[in-house]
Amino acid sequence: MRTILYLLQKEFIQVFRNKSMLPIIFIMPLVQMLVLVFAATMELKKVDITVVDFDLSETSTRLTAKFEASSFFHLTRAQLSPTETDQLLLKGKANLVVTFPHGFEQDLKRNDQASLQVMVDAINGSAAELSNAYLQTVIASYNQKIRAQMLGVPKFTPPEQVNVIPAYWYNPELNFKFYMAPGVLVILVTIIGLFLSSLNLVREKEMGTIEQLNVTPIKKYHFIIGKMMPFLIIALLDLTFGLLVAKVVFGLPFRGNILTLYVFTSLYLFLIMSIGLFVSAISETQQQVLFVSFFFLIVFIIMSGLFTPVESMPVWAQRMDLINPIYYLIRIIRNVVLKGSGLLDMTSELLRLCGYGLLMFSLAVWRYRKTV
Amino acid sequence: MIKVSNLEKSYGNQKALKGISLEVAKGELFGLIGPDGAGKTTLMRILVTLLLPDQGLASLDGLDVVADFRKIRTMVGYMPGRFSLYQDLTVEENLQFFATVFGGTIEENYHLIKDIYVQIEPFKNRLAGKLSGGMKQKLALSCALIHAPKVLILDEPTTGVDAVSRKEFWEMLNNLRHMGITILVSTPYMDEANLCDRVALFQNGSILSIDTPKNITASFSKKLYGVKVETTAQRFECVGLLKELSGIDSVFSFGESIHITTVQQNIDETTVKEYLNQKGHQGISVGKIEPSIEDVFMELMQNEGN
Repeated sequence: MRTILYLLQKEFIQVFRNKSMLPIIFIMPLVQMLVLVFAATMELKKVDITVVDFDLSETSTRLTAKFEASSFFHLTRAQLSPTETDQLLLKGKANLVVTFPHGFEQDLKRNDQASLQVMVDAINGSAAELSNAYLQTVIASYNQKIRAQMLGVPKFTPPEQVNVIPAYWYNPELNFKFYMAPGVLVILVTIIGLFLSSLNLVREKEMGTIEQLNVTPIKKYHFIIGKMMPFLIIALLDLTFGLLVAKVVFGLPFRGNILTLYVFTSLYLFLIMSIGLFVSAISETQQQVLFVSFFFLIVFIIMSGLFTPVESMPVWAQRMDLINPIYYLIRIIRNVVLKGSGLLDMTSELLRLCGYGLLMFSLAVWRYRKTV
Repeated sequence: MIKVSNLEKSYGNQKALKGISLEVAKGELFGLIGPDGAGKTTLMRILVTLLLPDQGLASLDGLDVVADFRKIRTMVGYMPGRFSLYQDLTVEENLQFFATVFGGTIEENYHLIKDIYVQIEPFKNRLAGKLSGGMKQKLALSCALIHAPKVLILDEPTTGVDAVSRKEFWEMLNNLRHMGITILVSTPYMDEANLCDRVALFQNGSILSIDTPKNITASFSKKLYGVKVETTAQRFECVGLLKELSGIDSVFSFGESIHITTVQQNIDETTVKEYLNQKGHQGISVGKIEPSIEDVFMELMQNEGN
């Protein structure tokens, strides 16, 4: 016990003597929370739309005014030839081009239907779909209105209609920041846990200090625990700091129990650090550790459901998430923060994190050899 | 105290130790002498339980290095060739750290390191990385001694250390030996061999000879002459010329002078001098000299080659 305490003391002395550590510990959470949460948003705002109106009728002007009134669109009116329209999209000056052909209103009145052309820049597929959907919504609502106007007040009662009134639970305003902030917190503790502990161990190899340490009677698991605890404490500190920033800056609601969150995060850190220490036990230099850790980090983050819903991935990819630590914690932390889930609501996640953590810890202890 | 028999170790196809045997008595200061890559570090790393031997046995105080490695780790003090203390901890923190991981305190064994530690104590709050080479070695020795080991294993402790610190360091080793600690030390410097009780001459993973430095030099069988020349360029030419002279057994450049050995009686100081004069070299002096460990080493290496 005395040995572990002394190992901890030694690690803390070294961490705080390293001049680049304090900025990393305190500035990183601040930057991640303030920049990433705002930057990583799926909401579309200010889609550039250009309206080319060859009809200049009452109907086309009214519809154009509807587009303009929507907060999603930033509207420009122009009289352009088809080639000029193409150029506009090509140069990226417009995301959407709507063209009213000559005789649009006339067609509508005579034939009861009229067509207009919509061109969408679809380099970013999901953004294109989303902006087209916005556009269709505006047109559809206008459609209903002009039908009513043209036909006059219906003489008979309209047929039965199913009206859907959605209620968005846990995030009623669909605030994207509430969804992102917990995820970004996971990335934060992951970076601290994974990199700081694994780089620290392999540094002992690079500096040669491990040679001296290995001839001491120090126990393997003492040594590994000594490498984990300081960064576990630092990561939990950063989690607290990040939560405070989220609360103060964008009013993140916290519905769950903070202790639940700490229990899950600690288990998660135990797992992710074991992975990190395992990687550094099989590496010789900090460079190798960085490469391997980065590879896994990127794969884990992209598959974790931080940016895109896990449900939209193919089934085999969803199965792979069973070994993705980040996937677990992101789900857990969103549930705890936004839903208020407790330990008992997530027993399966709890057990999996424990089992997975113990497995990786055993691997790390086993692979760290004092004798070559 | 240290017993090694038929020890073998390979790295891939490279044989680092080709079946060596040696014994070191309790309280002996034993030197491993030999060039880089001779296998000294490999032997030491096996003895301190950092490497597993492929073949053969090694034991310290009757404890096997493979089976009883845990016990060995508590009774051996090791100083690796590369400075291996924490550069970002202070002198005192390093010492405290190593005392603690061995489950002891600095005070318990302070008497062992007192003479050494007082020299670096004025800098006890300095980071170890900021110490000079000589002071780093003193700190490393203190850290290796703080748990009162029975055996001290030092891998090239004086490499890269200035001449004064080297001398001081050997005096410290001498004092430790008088306290009853068995010391195994390796060095590439032949002159340091004379400071050991006994030495083993290492070459290519084999031991050429084990004996006291005195006996080793006495075993030198040939006549040895030293040739002194004036310039470096001249020295190179003379080495070439002397190799052509019949009756000369070996020619080696030893720093400023050339050492030659003869096997025939008809060659002596005057014949060598006249020969070089004839070839147009002036200012040459030739004299009979006492062999050093290095001369023996060269001779043994030559025999090995043949």
